[in-house]
This record gives sequence, C-alpha cells and structure tokens, in this order.
Amino acid sequence: MERVPILKLGDVLIVSIQIDLQDQGVLALQEDLADAVVESGARGVIIDISAVEIVDSFIGRMLATIASISRVLDAETIVVGMRPAVAITLVELGLSLGGVRTALNLEKGVALLEDRDNARAVAVPR
Amino acid sequence: MTDAIELPIAANSDVVLVRQRVRTSAQQVGLSLVDQTKVVTAASELARNTLVYAGGGRVRIEVVGNGARGGLRLTFADEGPGIPDLELALTDGWTTGGGLGLGLSGSRRLVDEFDLDSEPGKGTRVTVVKWAR
Repeated sequence: MERVPILKLGDVLIVSIQIDLQDQGVLALQEDLADAVVESGARGVIIDISAVEIVDSFIGRMLATIASISRVLDAETIVVGMRPAVAITLVELGLSLGGVRTALNLEKGVALLEDRDNARAVAVPR
Repeated sequence: MTDAIELPIAANSDVVLVRQRVRTSAQQVGLSLVDQTKVVTAASELARNTLVYAGGGRVRIEVVGNGARGGLRLTFADEGPGIPDLELALTDGWTTGGGLGLGLSGSRRLVDEFDLDSEPGKGTRVTVVKWAR
C-alpha cells in the first residue's frame, strides 16, 4: 500500500499528498499522523492538498478526523493548497470541513501556526 | 455518438481506477475543470457506495451527445441488498454504513441528471449525467 511521507520541520509536521490515495491509504495516513504527533511532540500539522484533484466525503472526513485527533493531542492542523474546483465541489457535496483550519498555501499555513505560538507566548507570560 | 466502457468495482483500488477513467472521459467530452471535478467526485462517492453497501458491482462510462452538446453518463449497477427506502437514502446525513451520509445526496447535487433505481433483494442502479456547458 502507498504511504504518504511525513516530514518534520521544527515542531511542525508537514504532509503533502501527491498521489490518488485508496481508502486504506487515507486511513493509514490518519494513524501514521497520530503516531507522529505523539512521537515528535509536534504542535502543528500541515496537510498540503495542492496536488489533490478531488476531495470526496471519505477524504473530507479524514481531514476533519485528523484535525480532531491532533487537537486532542495538543497540535493544530491546517489544510493548505486546496484547488478552487475542489473547494466548489466540496461545498456543493455538503461538506463544510467545520473544525478544519485552512490556508491558501504552505507559507500562509506556517505563518498561521507561528501567529498562534506568538499569541500563546503573550497569553502565558512566565 | 456513443462510446462506452465498463469497469468492475470489486476492490478499493477499483474506486481509484473509476475516478481516473471518469476524469479522462470528462476531459474528452470537454467538461470544464470544475465540472470534471464534480463528476469525478460523484463517481468516487457512487463507486464507494457500490463497494461498501453491495460488496461490489460495475460501472458503465458512456460519452453521450444530444446534438448540441456532449455529456458523460455513468451507470453504477450492483446485485446487492438494494435500498428499502429511496427517499430516506437520499436524505443528507442518513447512513447505514458509518459514513457521513453524503454519498447519494451529495452526488445528486454534483450532477445534472440523477436516477436511482433499487429494489430490496434485487440490487441498485444509479445513473447520473453531466452535460458540457
């Protein structure tokens, strides 16, 4: 089965989905990411879907589930790079991806995580 | 103008193949990028339904035309348990398979024509058409 590599950059995990994943591959990614968050102590997960041509209800649910799992594990998930046609289709399909933060691209996704870290540092002075 | 192929849906890998084949045909017919994405997404939902609820089946992918414009017709057929209550099955959020309940209702919104034919014990046939604009 194809597996999606998980890269670590500082305390952020980055995943870029480059292949048309079978459903088992999607589920494997979910589990691999949960393991990787705990193992690395990452505070953020960025999932790049700029190469993904369709997001159906299965993949959409996986993205929402990954976001929930990482939140429970104290990491924030940001989905980046969604194609316009994919966004239009997702909304029409009836998936709003509630609870999943998105950013237009990887750079903006990283900036979002940094902003959050800065806000946290201000909110909890030592 | 009719050009048809038939593919089996017996494994998860077949769902991926159906997506790819539908994408190729959608491009041939001249669907816009958004419409390609919609029909491929609908095909993915319906192929997965065929696999999950009926244990498998097949899809017929046809390039159709009515003179003025071209279109793509997809027919998903199985000999599974069938759907007892079609109206309920087309309701957003209703599922018996542990999913989100968007497969049938969501696909219907993504295509131009949608026909659901099912009888308990005799299987299910879903036919959808997407026209080029």
